[in-house]
Amino acid sequence: MDASKPPGAAAVSDEIAVARAHAVAFLARRDRYRIAEALPWIAAIAAFFIFPNQMILGGQTLIMILFALSLDLILGYAGIVTLGHAAYFGLGAYAAALLITDLHWSEPLSGLAFAALAAAIGGFLSGLILLRYRGLALLVLTLSTTIMLQQLGNLFRDFTGGYDGIPGINIAPLFGYFDYDLYGHTYYLYCLGVVFVAFYVVRRIVYSPFGQALVGIRENVARMHALGSPVHWRLVIAYTISAALAGIAGALFAQTNTLVTLGVFDFDQSAAVLMMLILGGAGWLYGGFVGATLYMVLQNELAKLSPEFWQFGIGALLVAVVLANRHRAFGRLARLGRALGLGAKP
Amino acid sequence: MTAPALEIRRLQRSFGALTVANNISFALPHGGRYALIGPNGAGKTTLVNLITGRLRASAGEVLLDGDEITALSQAARTRRGIARTFQVNQLFRGLTVLENVYLAIGERTNTCNRLWRSAGKETAVLDEALDHLESLALVGDADKAVRELPYGRQRLVEIAIALAQRPKLLLLDEPAAGVPSSENHLILDVISKLDPNITVLIIEHDMDLVFRFANRIIVLVAGEVLTEGSPEEISADERVRSVYLGERREDRHG
Repeated sequence: MDASKPPGAAAVSDEIAVARAHAVAFLARRDRYRIAEALPWIAAIAAFFIFPNQMILGGQTLIMILFALSLDLILGYAGIVTLGHAAYFGLGAYAAALLITDLHWSEPLSGLAFAALAAAIGGFLSGLILLRYRGLALLVLTLSTTIMLQQLGNLFRDFTGGYDGIPGINIAPLFGYFDYDLYGHTYYLYCLGVVFVAFYVVRRIVYSPFGQALVGIRENVARMHALGSPVHWRLVIAYTISAALAGIAGALFAQTNTLVTLGVFDFDQSAAVLMMLILGGAGWLYGGFVGATLYMVLQNELAKLSPEFWQFGIGALLVAVVLANRHRAFGRLARLGRALGLGAKP
Repeated sequence: MTAPALEIRRLQRSFGALTVANNISFALPHGGRYALIGPNGAGKTTLVNLITGRLRASAGEVLLDGDEITALSQAARTRRGIARTFQVNQLFRGLTVLENVYLAIGERTNTCNRLWRSAGKETAVLDEALDHLESLALVGDADKAVRELPYGRQRLVEIAIALAQRPKLLLLDEPAAGVPSSENHLILDVISKLDPNITVLIIEHDMDLVFRFANRIIVLVAGEVLTEGSPEEISADERVRSVYLGERREDRHG
């Protein structure tokens, strides 16, 4: 043996260095921008040129994508299961509408900020109580909170317009310059810009140490408690951010629809956004993008085929997706996304 | 005289009519190597839960370094330097070994409060995590999901997380439970090399491990402290033999 070298020492330290680099690479690289990640945005811009007559549907789809993204932050990452996310969509929609009709402030971007703030306050206050519970209790509590909010809106009919809603929501031109056309072209680009910024924000959050802690809570809340994690506060903060994003989605809905009714609080809304996210797969960031697009386009096409029974088709698709994934909590599409280099490794 | 690392005074806990901890008192000196033994159902894990704050005591006091912490939450006690492992693995199974340790360090250093910067750019946390894994010979598995590891190595990750918390007081709840004998040495190595400044209380059924590791043994029976003493005293104690060691010896013969 060569006495000048301690046997195997260099090889061992090389091995360790490689192992260290390998382990860090996953954490350091998972939030690098990849070409595949541009695909949904290219598709969204392409849709603008290919389907100029479908931009109303396109705008509504983008709004639901944002709504589903807000749900993904709490469901896909923190593991909070809710059936009442429409509460914050609704709060945002009403905040945006009342700002215009009652406070006569019609600049759209500040309207979004106002709606986000209103929904965030709602999310923070309700989250303080709701997030003390998990599982079935949380499902029932989120569901009933939203129903109570809807009925509160009905009680203060003079203020909210009740089920007749608030008509005549007209926003000022975007940046004081771009006016809105009948085909929804401006609205579409406006929504696309907002959704893009929202994705950037959520992406930063889920790949941050805070986002890592949310995943830790989803994976094993008992251990997070044992690590001294302020679990409740982490969940409240995530829930508040999620509520703000849902509120922005609601505000976009109000601004582009010119009419808001208490229907925004309907259970159907909470259920639909959950279905969209499950369709696309929760916990990989783009599940809402895929799921909401699929849902909205299918809904549109199936409704043309059969105005009465379109939901059957969506139901059947959801059953197929869930059964195909029954061994895993989160979507098959997530795996496809990972294969394309999107999102995180399991 | 300095206060003991951990002191328990007349600790009491009942679930309805069932008393699972009855008038328990003992003290662990700094750097102590204590074992907690007793038959199944004696309330050993309950006692760990009472010390960490996972369970609230019905009566009595828990003191850490002379400060009363009975009213503090689990998170607050953790931040004062109590860490534990679990009898049944409580791991982030879908995450990598590195991420498991990252969470322990991130929570201890409050890095996990940051929600804008990339987790992969927190080099202080990453370097500490990797050094830690290297010292436990786990660095080769750092990029593997925990659920893909053999059980013995998962148990090692269970301990690695607790050590990454840099505890003053470490509570090990049957660290070798369920580990095949071929992998037992992994756990033994780590436990025998623990920093002497850490005060350790280990719950264990494996008497060889207890006698090798502990310099004091507390015997818990039916929620009460039966006796406390050195390994020699405990193995010579007739009462302990009858309730505990006797059973085990018969097991071995059988």
